[in-house]
Amino acid sequence: MSWVLALPIIIPFATAVLSFLFRKGPEGRWLSVVGSAGLLIASGILMAEVLAEGVIAAQMGQWAAPFGITLVADLLSAVMVVITGITGLAVSVYALADIDERKEALGYHALFQVLLAGVVGAFLTGDLFNLYVWFEVMLISSFGLLILGGQRVQLDGGIKYVTLNLVSTILFLAGVGLLYGMTGTLNMADLHGAVQQVENQGLLVVVAMMFMVAFGVKAAVFPLFFWLPASYHTPAFSVSAIFAGLLTKVGVYALIRTFTLIFTSDIAFTHTILLWVAGFTMVTGVLGAAAMNDFRRILSFHIVSQIGYMILGLALFTPLAIVGAVFYLVHHIIVKANLFLVAGVARRIAGSTELSSIGGLYKSAPVLAVLFLVPAFSLAGFPPLSGFWAKYVLVKASLDTEAYWIAGIALAVGLMTIFSMTKIWGAAFWTPHPSGLEPSLSTLPSRDRAALLLPIASLAVLTCIIGFFPEPFVAFAERSAAQLLDPTAYVAAVLGDVPMEATGLAQAEVLP
Amino acid sequence: MELMVAIMVGVLVAAAVHLMLARNVLRFIFGLILISNAANLTIFVSGRLTAQSPPLIPEGADAPLGDVANALPQALVLTAIVIGFGLFAFALTLVYRTYQNLGTLDSDEMRLAEPREGEDHA
Repeated sequence: MSWVLALPIIIPFATAVLSFLFRKGPEGRWLSVVGSAGLLIASGILMAEVLAEGVIAAQMGQWAAPFGITLVADLLSAVMVVITGITGLAVSVYALADIDERKEALGYHALFQVLLAGVVGAFLTGDLFNLYVWFEVMLISSFGLLILGGQRVQLDGGIKYVTLNLVSTILFLAGVGLLYGMTGTLNMADLHGAVQQVENQGLLVVVAMMFMVAFGVKAAVFPLFFWLPASYHTPAFSVSAIFAGLLTKVGVYALIRTFTLIFTSDIAFTHTILLWVAGFTMVTGVLGAAAMNDFRRILSFHIVSQIGYMILGLALFTPLAIVGAVFYLVHHIIVKANLFLVAGVARRIAGSTELSSIGGLYKSAPVLAVLFLVPAFSLAGFPPLSGFWAKYVLVKASLDTEAYWIAGIALAVGLMTIFSMTKIWGAAFWTPHPSGLEPSLSTLPSRDRAALLLPIASLAVLTCIIGFFPEPFVAFAERSAAQLLDPTAYVAAVLGDVPMEATGLAQAEVLP
Repeated sequence: MELMVAIMVGVLVAAAVHLMLARNVLRFIFGLILISNAANLTIFVSGRLTAQSPPLIPEGADAPLGDVANALPQALVLTAIVIGFGLFAFALTLVYRTYQNLGTLDSDEMRLAEPREGEDHA
């Protein structure tokens, strides 16, 4: 059992070491692809185990919970790990053609794999301080990826990314310290019970707010998102794609985890703030995108606005809303990473990401046009693509709780998203190229073409599958939401059925 | 004892915030270093301070006798210091490289990635 949980973390770390050793040759990039495929397989095994047995937990180093570090996987963690595997594999295949040898020699693939390990670790850990450590693993490798190559514009974006993320990290750390001071434990399952015994519930809300701000910076919510549009359009396209897909979602995941498991004592207060935050995040993100004229910068602002939808699901805190949040999370990672990958291909064949200096892609590269349309319309919420169902569930949930204004905002923001997507479509695909160029996919070497288009096509197919057959995915999200709203199984899996004494029991028994 | 440390944390945070409000990125980083130390002290004091009682187990016993200092916050602080050290080493290098390349430390003038309307650095 513990191997099932540890493998998705061990595989990327091992791959990182190997691909660093072979960074000077072509072996490094293939090791990265193999490692990512291994991660996907390991995550599949984990998912099968979780589906069969419910929440599973393992105590690392045989230290019984709540004293040691616990790895836990419930349905949400498991699905996030699977999605990490899928995006990781897609982006590492894409990187075969996207990353030049100079960046490879600087250790791109090793950093990429460490990033995956950090993300997976954050999804699987059951310990708050351990979560902080995984955040740092993720952060330091993302710093490296962001400025790899050292172009001036990258350094400029890097400064803002690094400084603001460090602030959030320190706030998180201080919050961990205060929470430990109040409860005497850092195990998340143990905290679930321990916070209810805290005498000063007001202080608990203060700490909850510290966590909300810290994770809010990571998740890029209003008004803490400014680092994201400042930096996400500067690094290589592979890096943008993996950042856009995974990094902010770790923040969202951490918010969902802590605000369903630990900080549920004053929902009327904390989740109302989250609701406002969600509304403002959606609106500011989409307005920012409307003002931009660069392929990647538009997409960056759209990450922000889409984060708002997920926070909306958490903020409403009804079973249906959490279903929406989980579904949205899964759908969004695939779609967003894919859009950045498409932007990379557009840049390769048309020469720029500035919308005013590209065009003609529809006529000369119709395949790419179709591959853009699928994720773009899914993002905007066109039926029958995945984004439609995600938005539908969330709007339904807000109407059910009679939060009509937020439902209105969600719909209006969806409309604005279509505006941005048609802006990209009009400028990059329909208008002729300003310098008369006919950007065609056939100008790419055939190996590059395969490496660039295969991941895009696969992710687009996945988007269609979720869109055309949403039922199993929604059913899954329902089970996951039920687990999140009733953490009894989670707590039991970590701590055992009876609160465990420190007798050196190796593993918490899980009921079959 | 706890009160003294708490006041010290407050002073550190105040000084750090003052530094971090500056437009100069280097001052901002110095502020971050201060505030990260404040966070470390917060963890330390959260574990309650028990002076002169090291968490040692005497020979022949299975557990420490009597009240001893809480070792967990110390382990956490140690981890946080190590991580912080790495991050700040990176951040300082980044600031230095940025200064070399952009010729400024004023965050208002760092507009390469987000040029003002009408400017074009791309």
